[in-house]
Amino acid sequence: MLKVRIIPCLDVDGGRVVKGVNFVDLVDAGDPVEQARLYDQAGADELCFLDINASSDNRDTMLDVVARTADECFMPLTVGGGVRTLDDIRNLLLAGADKASVMTTAVKNPEFVREAAQKFGSQCVVVAIDAKSVSGEGTPNEKFEVFTHGGREPTGIDAVAYARQVADLGAGEILLTSMDRDGTKAGFNLPLTRAVSDAVSIPVIASGGVGTLDHLVEGVTEGHASAVLAASIFHFGTYTVGEAKAYMQRAGVPVRLDQTPQPGDNNA
Amino acid sequence: MLLSSLSVAIIDYGSGNLRSAAKAFERSAREAGLIAEVQITSDPDQVAAASHIVLPGVGAYGDCIRGLRACDGMVDVLNRAVIEGGRPFLGICVGMQLLATVGREFGDHDGLGWIDGEVVPLAPGDASLKIPHIGWNDMNITNGAGHPVLAGLDTGAHAYFVHSFHFKPSSPDHILAEADYGGAVAAIVGRDNIIGTQFHPEKSQNTGLRLITNFLNWSPPQ
Repeated sequence: MLKVRIIPCLDVDGGRVVKGVNFVDLVDAGDPVEQARLYDQAGADELCFLDINASSDNRDTMLDVVARTADECFMPLTVGGGVRTLDDIRNLLLAGADKASVMTTAVKNPEFVREAAQKFGSQCVVVAIDAKSVSGEGTPNEKFEVFTHGGREPTGIDAVAYARQVADLGAGEILLTSMDRDGTKAGFNLPLTRAVSDAVSIPVIASGGVGTLDHLVEGVTEGHASAVLAASIFHFGTYTVGEAKAYMQRAGVPVRLDQTPQPGDNNA
Repeated sequence: MLLSSLSVAIIDYGSGNLRSAAKAFERSAREAGLIAEVQITSDPDQVAAASHIVLPGVGAYGDCIRGLRACDGMVDVLNRAVIEGGRPFLGICVGMQLLATVGREFGDHDGLGWIDGEVVPLAPGDASLKIPHIGWNDMNITNGAGHPVLAGLDTGAHAYFVHSFHFKPSSPDHILAEADYGGAVAAIVGRDNIIGTQFHPEKSQNTGLRLITNFLNWSPPQ
């Protein structure tokens, strides 16, 4: 049976982790490669790097981070932030990323998704969608709109229709972030997650708002997500990946426990 | 050639990034105390000289087989080294699917035809299952029990899959391990000196590294 993926996300700026786990045994807590190695050992199912300041100066720095991570972490790696051209995707894949996450470029030019999928295969094209409720959270027939620029720029595009569009164009996965919930620790926007997950035949990764382990469970059971992405709860050491998986398992969500140190293990 | 010195040729025919695969082979060799030279190559002569041959692959079936055939002399060398020469061979993902007689992705494409069967779209019995099949799935070791390349991999071991098409060998004898995705999906296929994994061992953490180590230690009976 396919397992639900737990994906820690690392925000990287200029080659440094912005919010990182402050483990005592880290030589350099700001080094994304060290953080990646820890998550690899902790049994993360996949890793996501988000380049939050993807200026052209920073691009080569990020490629170096990706290459050094791929040299020693033998797990799937998704990289997003500032992916604008097919060459950007090619460079990330050549550095060792498995998937490139595309956001603003796909909003401006959805055909880019088709071009990328034809060139590199759907399996490495993740379309990131930042969405907000525009009819008021919890209202009947709630409407969700795609936003860009960290939730500041409305696009007028319906998030569910857009998800269908990019899936049809060849996206392999959707990384769906609720901008209403991002950073709130109030849990995923479940109606949004469910509306998008049920609308497309490709996997949806739920993101934005995780504060408790119950939130991870709800993303799957109520949001119908195939994978859950979280940053803060892992970064700040609130929970380990092993604790998250053990909790989800008890709640009846299928997770991969092999190669995952469990709470109580000496090396957990 | 010294018995302890291996040379691994990872065939580069323009399909995806081979860096992680090369690094995974280097790591596995190092941890197993093996001396192995790992080369990413599109040169048929280097493939002909290698002790172990690896065929990776991502993307569409037709693009992959066309890319492989476009490497002048490569398919001939592969046939000589693997089919006639009995050299250990590992196909990964689409590289595993290329072992089939035919791939039916965006039209019909002849594969290498080393393991009789066809590559067809995943059609899970449960309509709620997503396509592609992406993520960690556990394996049921079927005919692979006792196979040297599967040593230490038990039923229940997880590996990382990402694919929309799957290989259906004509003979169940060639299916060494299966995964369940709304029906049985071939996870590992093989015969004689040939083995193929639908999943990505280079992305499957310790389970994958173990399989790669086993492959490097493998001396198929001639």
